[in-house]
Amino acid sequence: MKTLIMALLATAALAGCGYNDFQRLDEQTTSAWSEVLNQYQRRADLVPNIVATVKGEASFEQETLTKVVEARAKATSMQVTPETLNNPEAFKKFQAAQGELSGALSRLMVVSERYPDLKANKGFSDLRVQLEGTENRITVARNRYIQSVQDYNVLARSFPSNLTAMAFSYQSKPAFAVQNEAAITATPVVDFGKK
Amino acid sequence: MFVRWVTTLVLCCAALCSAAQAPAPIPQLIGHLVDTANILSSEQRLALEQKLVTLESGTGSQVVVLTVVSTQPEDIASFSNRVGNTWKIGRKGIGDGLLVVVAKDDHKLRIEVAKTLEGAIPDLAAKQIIDTAIAPHFKQNDYAGGLDAGIDQIGALIKGEALPVPRQSGSPKAGTGNFQWENLIVFVFFGVFVGGAIIRRVLGNKLGSVFTGGVVGVLVNMFTGSVVIAALAGFSAMVFVLISSLGSAFRGFRGGGFGGGGGWSSGSGSGGGFSSGGGGDFGGGGASGDW
Repeated sequence: MKTLIMALLATAALAGCGYNDFQRLDEQTTSAWSEVLNQYQRRADLVPNIVATVKGEASFEQETLTKVVEARAKATSMQVTPETLNNPEAFKKFQAAQGELSGALSRLMVVSERYPDLKANKGFSDLRVQLEGTENRITVARNRYIQSVQDYNVLARSFPSNLTAMAFSYQSKPAFAVQNEAAITATPVVDFGKK
Repeated sequence: MFVRWVTTLVLCCAALCSAAQAPAPIPQLIGHLVDTANILSSEQRLALEQKLVTLESGTGSQVVVLTVVSTQPEDIASFSNRVGNTWKIGRKGIGDGLLVVVAKDDHKLRIEVAKTLEGAIPDLAAKQIIDTAIAPHFKQNDYAGGLDAGIDQIGALIKGEALPVPRQSGSPKAGTGNFQWENLIVFVFFGVFVGGAIIRRVLGNKLGSVFTGGVVGVLVNMFTGSVVIAALAGFSAMVFVLISSLGSAFRGFRGGGFGGGGGWSSGSGSGGGFSSGGGGDFGGGGASGDW
């Protein structure tokens, strides 16, 4: 009887100290990260169509276009796996590449406003809607990733679950760098309405 | 020593994981239509609410219209997403919710689509609904007409999607073979738990276990007609009752374990009140527009 009670208490204590929470949040972080990758991939898949449509506009600024193509090539050439999360260097590089593509794309959209033919092009305006939707999804996915990392890190650092983290040597996870966090709190970069 | 141990354990057990959420003014979800900007008259409100209720009882999908004065300083897209994920409109387990947000002073509106409906209403379709159905009316300050036309098109798109049929309240499915099986399982489960404990008390540990095993065996044999399954079931029931007599710990399990069945029916087609189904997951799908 006594052993049973002790066993029950030990189970409750382990659960109370957050061992299960660590497992749950760790898995949540991984899946949130996968969603981020998924949405970045979706954007990368859109870019060739956008470039092809814009190329139809003979006089379009070549420099802007080249930058988009280059940024996409750079972003997609990077090998990214869930393990990237545990490699701060690779994580940073990946973020930089995606940030570059974001910048190049938003510049492309701003420039395209100067071409009335392009604006009137049905295919192009459809692509713009899709790009906008994708950027929104990226924002949401990154937000969720940050949120889940936050939950995990709070658990890893607050008492008494930090004891569990120490015992099992769980490290806190990296969130997006400051510049990216700023990008998330600001309004989305691609605003087709006014620019 | 023991006292210290217990104190630590109690501390651990009592520790709560606190999730800090940024405070933000998200309106109360009071119905299918939340008109905080007061852009509709009371008749228009009734008509629109009725339309949305009909849509929900027809398709099961929850479509909610929210009007606000302004979403500033936040972008309408992120505001809508936040509202959607706070309200979680859409049936539980299905997640078919859709949110229309109108920001009156910003002259912006957005159709925010939950992930389940992103196939039925892709971003392009949402954009088209905004540009062709809603915005033209809004330009003439005809908010009711715009929302009406928009909801019509949204409803048509949702109807084209193969979603699970809405559950009618108060009309349980006819008893199929499947259903009887479930009943039997539930009966045997509780019968062994409760009945086994009582019989054990009356007849004593060993005799009670054997008796319970026998009863379960006969019952299973009656239902399935298979002697082998019946013998197996009877034997495992006997072992179970015997083991559970070693400690009455199962009482604790019985209290906590069997509560989680009720989420499904909430919020679908009950006619009277409206409540969010709690299943919608908004991943940023949909489109924004202005007028």
